[in-house]
Amino acid sequence: MAEMKTAAYICSGCGLGDKLDVPQLAKIAQKEGKMALVREHDFLCNAEGVQMIRDDIEKEAVTHICIAACSRRAKTEAFNFPTVAMTRANLREGVIWVVSEGGDHDEVRQEMADDYVRMGCAELKKAKMPEGNPNHTHLKNLMVVGGGISGMTAAFEAAETGYEVILVEKQAQLGGWADKLWKRVPFKAPYAEPQDTGVAELAAKVSSHPLIKVYLNTTVAETSGAPGRFAIKLAQESGAITEVSAGAIVQATGFTTYDINKLPELGGGLENVVDHAGLEVLAKAANGGAIKRADGREIKSVVFLQCAGQRDDTGRHLPYCSGHCCATSIKQAMYFKDANPEVNTVVVYDDLRVPGMGEDFYRSAQHKGVIFAKGNASKVETAGNGCRVNYRDLILDADSILEADLVVLATGQVPSSGVNVVEWDKLTKEADGGSVEAKQQKSELKNISILNLTYRQGPDVPKLKYGFADSHFICFPYETQRTGIYTAGPVRRPMDILQATEDATGAALKAIQAAENASLGRAAHPRAGDLSYPIVRLEGCTQCKRCTVECPFGAIDEDEKRFPVFNEQRCRRCGTCMGACPVRVISFENYSVDTVGNQIKSIEIPDEFSEKPRILVLACENDAYPALDMAGLSRIVYSAFVRIIPVRCLGSVNTIWITDALNSGYDGVMMMGCKKGDEYQCHFVKGSELAGYRMSKIGDTLTGMGLEPERVSTFEVAITDNAKVAGFINDYVAQLVEMGPSPMKGFN
Amino acid sequence: MAKKNYAFYPGCSSQKGASASNFVPSIDVMCDKLDIQLNEIPDWNCCSASIGYGEGGQLSRLVLNARNLALVEQNMPGQDLVSGCPACWLATRETAEKLSEVDSLMADTNEALKEAGLNFKGTVKARHLVEVLIEDVGFDAMKAPVVKPLEGMKIAGYVGCQTNRPFGIAGESFENPQYLDKMIETVGAEAATGYEQKITCCGGALAFSEPEKSQKQIRDIVESAYDHGVDMIVTPCQLCQANVEIYQSEINKKKGTKLAMPVVYYSQLMTVAYGGNAKQAGLDGNILRPQKLLDIATK
Amino acid sequence: MSELNQKAVAKYQNNFLKEVEERVEDGEWVSMCMQCGVCAGSCPLGPHWEHSPQKIFRMIMAGKRDEVLTSDSVWMCTSCYSCIVRCPRKLPITHIMHGIAHYAHRLDVAPKGQPTRELARVFWNNLIKTGRVNELKFSLAVYFKDGFSQGIKNLMSMQGIALGLVKAKRLNPMEIIGGHKCKDVGGIQKMLAKAKEIEDRRQGYSS
Repeated sequence: MAEMKTAAYICSGCGLGDKLDVPQLAKIAQKEGKMALVREHDFLCNAEGVQMIRDDIEKEAVTHICIAACSRRAKTEAFNFPTVAMTRANLREGVIWVVSEGGDHDEVRQEMADDYVRMGCAELKKAKMPEGNPNHTHLKNLMVVGGGISGMTAAFEAAETGYEVILVEKQAQLGGWADKLWKRVPFKAPYAEPQDTGVAELAAKVSSHPLIKVYLNTTVAETSGAPGRFAIKLAQESGAITEVSAGAIVQATGFTTYDINKLPELGGGLENVVDHAGLEVLAKAANGGAIKRADGREIKSVVFLQCAGQRDDTGRHLPYCSGHCCATSIKQAMYFKDANPEVNTVVVYDDLRVPGMGEDFYRSAQHKGVIFAKGNASKVETAGNGCRVNYRDLILDADSILEADLVVLATGQVPSSGVNVVEWDKLTKEADGGSVEAKQQKSELKNISILNLTYRQGPDVPKLKYGFADSHFICFPYETQRTGIYTAGPVRRPMDILQATEDATGAALKAIQAAENASLGRAAHPRAGDLSYPIVRLEGCTQCKRCTVECPFGAIDEDEKRFPVFNEQRCRRCGTCMGACPVRVISFENYSVDTVGNQIKSIEIPDEFSEKPRILVLACENDAYPALDMAGLSRIVYSAFVRIIPVRCLGSVNTIWITDALNSGYDGVMMMGCKKGDEYQCHFVKGSELAGYRMSKIGDTLTGMGLEPERVSTFEVAITDNAKVAGFINDYVAQLVEMGPSPMKGFN
Repeated sequence: MAKKNYAFYPGCSSQKGASASNFVPSIDVMCDKLDIQLNEIPDWNCCSASIGYGEGGQLSRLVLNARNLALVEQNMPGQDLVSGCPACWLATRETAEKLSEVDSLMADTNEALKEAGLNFKGTVKARHLVEVLIEDVGFDAMKAPVVKPLEGMKIAGYVGCQTNRPFGIAGESFENPQYLDKMIETVGAEAATGYEQKITCCGGALAFSEPEKSQKQIRDIVESAYDHGVDMIVTPCQLCQANVEIYQSEINKKKGTKLAMPVVYYSQLMTVAYGGNAKQAGLDGNILRPQKLLDIATK
Repeated sequence: MSELNQKAVAKYQNNFLKEVEERVEDGEWVSMCMQCGVCAGSCPLGPHWEHSPQKIFRMIMAGKRDEVLTSDSVWMCTSCYSCIVRCPRKLPITHIMHGIAHYAHRLDVAPKGQPTRELARVFWNNLIKTGRVNELKFSLAVYFKDGFSQGIKNLMSMQGIALGLVKAKRLNPMEIIGGHKCKDVGGIQKMLAKAKEIEDRRQGYSS
């Protein structure tokens, strides 16, 4: 590798030259920053400015550049120099746009800019140009697990895009749940009639597709590896094992219906009470003719009970709404009306939820004479040759009774998502502690695993809520917490066939993206294209396992000696491992304990008599840092005493940075990250939560240093919080001024 | 300028000596000034109003209205049927639309009409006089003949129900129609914008059968007008005018209130603004004297 | 029970919804109600009735025939049309209410002496006599519908109003003899008789 040669470029455009002493900044870059080459330019991002930098890279052999101009988030196309390491000193959004106007503020404004130049140079000296993960992979094919509508759609869409697919289905034929239906709800105008399911057609297209290989009667016995190099063992019904490999995985394992035997009060278990699945069996048998019960009697009256064992707040049944059931009951009621308009068909509902064009379908059922009664069923019992439904009519506010030949319970979807890895982790700890029982339970649990991942963090993808294999309540659809493995369809969240079709297409595209990025040695999402990757200095490792436990994506396994084994392709480059490591042996080429630590130590700390406190802000680059930029763009003023460093995620913050900062005389540290908790907004799932946890443990250290615990504070900042974030800063600065200067000042 | 011709359907309440008889003279003056020629439909009959449904079946009511439409079609070709009465307009328009939609009802209707020697082909449009003013005349032309702007008067525009629903004036909102306020402003008075009871029901025919319930409605309508500090209420509806004006004394008697809010027709405002005298404006027919309007009319 | 009512019960058994769909004006719309209750909140006489249109529709669907046909509520309609314009499902609610009232009246199961029912009867009889409404005779008939002495009482209570109207020339005492009328009263009456005959045939009241 070529010898390191540094250069700093200081822009005086966008008003920087008017507000700042640019020659002084250049001098700092040269004298303190020790930059080999320093240039000023009055319009750095124009063609001429960019050419100047290019020329230096080519002719002067510059390998490291610091651009002191606008935010790292601005002008990224102009300042794109892929062959060198680069840092950015944010003088525009970070200084001149946020510091108060006027001569009174010239001094603090210049000090702030001086420090950002120092920090940019300090960071540069520790940064390397990311070279990309040398462990390139080559597999770009997908494995799709589950051969229902979701799985077949994912396979077909990927194949049509040109990617080979292995489709694994545990049943003897493709089709899944949809194959059991007589008809499905309509997807197109006029949304009036039940439609053919289309399963046979899709199965035929999938089976005959040259790029799709279908494995029937097959389950996944083992999955190891990472995106671009998954190694999979497929177990056939016969017991034979086939070894295959794949670049990425789509899990579309669907759902099972909630067991109606758990609903005895609604007649679950009675002869003439069925669920949606049971009615589909009868409708298929009728084949368009009069629908008959299992005992052969023609059904003249039928009652559908919505939300059976769903939206339950007693804790006994499913707490959620499965979304499809209202439309499904409407469809099934139409089975009766279409075969014989004289069949008395009543749907008892509390809220009828038919989103989108489902409203037209509902209306169509009303036209056909289906009666909808707002009510709550309390009891279903056998009466005469049929059933009696006792319900509260919520419109007439009266207890009422319906007699029917058949009762259909609209039960919910239970995801087929395999092992709960939280439970798995608990059992693992107990088993490792010697519990025979836990060991036994663990092996039973393994039987229900779908992917049988060999990952340290458990054999299936983590669940978000109610057992669904999702990773966020609204953002990042299809992404699981296992990179390169995507979920689609009702295993991810409750949904109908149309939604599952869209879901499957999205998941297939995500899977393709992951395989492609892995083959280029780059990160998948959300830092798509990032060439840096975690590098561990194993000789310093103490086998503490924090990194392997805390990685939100299960990217790090352990070898027999409990050393971490990094699977870079699984890594999302958040740096949570770097933040966790107590001996600081994990780093990225352009983001490390040193690149940040060096910035922290580079600035000038005024003495305690100066009345100029210094506050370090570690701001998450996903939300908080953009919000700060936006504050600048909106010219929202905040204190010039802060020095802001963007971090990949609060999870990557190593406590050494905090203690170093406080030791060097900073008066306080603000950590700005995303919302944590159940409705977290952290792009890396647990980063902000982990940071909060780690900081809660830092109190003792602070007390040991003779510092108030308030000198380290965490804040939740969303990307839209531009005004709020300025308020946080100003309030915190005021609080620190009140507290007085840090007693650590002057010791260094 | 040639006058525009319309087949006029006055309705029972506008007959001489009937409850809205004072509406007619002001309509005459207003139409004259605006070059509207109203030609009374020969031998028109009752529309069955909004209470005819109890005894009269659907077909009977359709037939009654179809007779008027047929009379226009036969005797006054090319003229729209225009009524000043919302109930007449509503019943006639509902009939015209229903018959054009349902062929079997048209056939049955004509079978019955034959007994009266008539036939209806469905070519006549039923309109409200206010529609004619807004759509055929326009606000600018309505303003042109104003010689005595009603300055210094504040008026609550009470649209009521049937001029406004279910058909209403094209382009207007059912919940907050603006045209009556605009007409008030056109003649130089101030409209009580934000008048809460603009579209409240006066009780309609139930003023007779359910007096307590209707009078509660009327009281709301009048008291809100007082809250807005207006000099009078203006309405386009005969039944609204009658109910809201007549029953104030009853309410006073029962509830000890002192309501005496004049209620006038829009055409009375226009007649006065156009220079008509009190008699031409039918102000002698108002039981609660609209003093400010009278003052201007006699000035 | 009236004969017409007995026949209706026999014909439709327990399927009241079907009876309404076939026999009540715009009755085929009833099953399109989605039970949102906007009609109930829009009715000016809302505080006074027992059954909102929403409830009436639900009762029809639930087969509560007697309760619906004897309900006082359908006679509380002022024909303000608020429910019609606000119904998100565009049900012609006002017409359906009128239709149910008419049907109940036709079967003679509507509440006896219900004031609006009596008013409607008097009104119709008044109008078909001459083809136009005679407001004086109509008012007198309304006041005297409960007998002579009650009629005098009603009249006395309203005399202030009546005198005011007479003075304003908006009520003509001379209307008691003769008054306005259509020339072709005979044709109108024949026409209405024919309409009723057709309607009875269509509704299955007569063969």
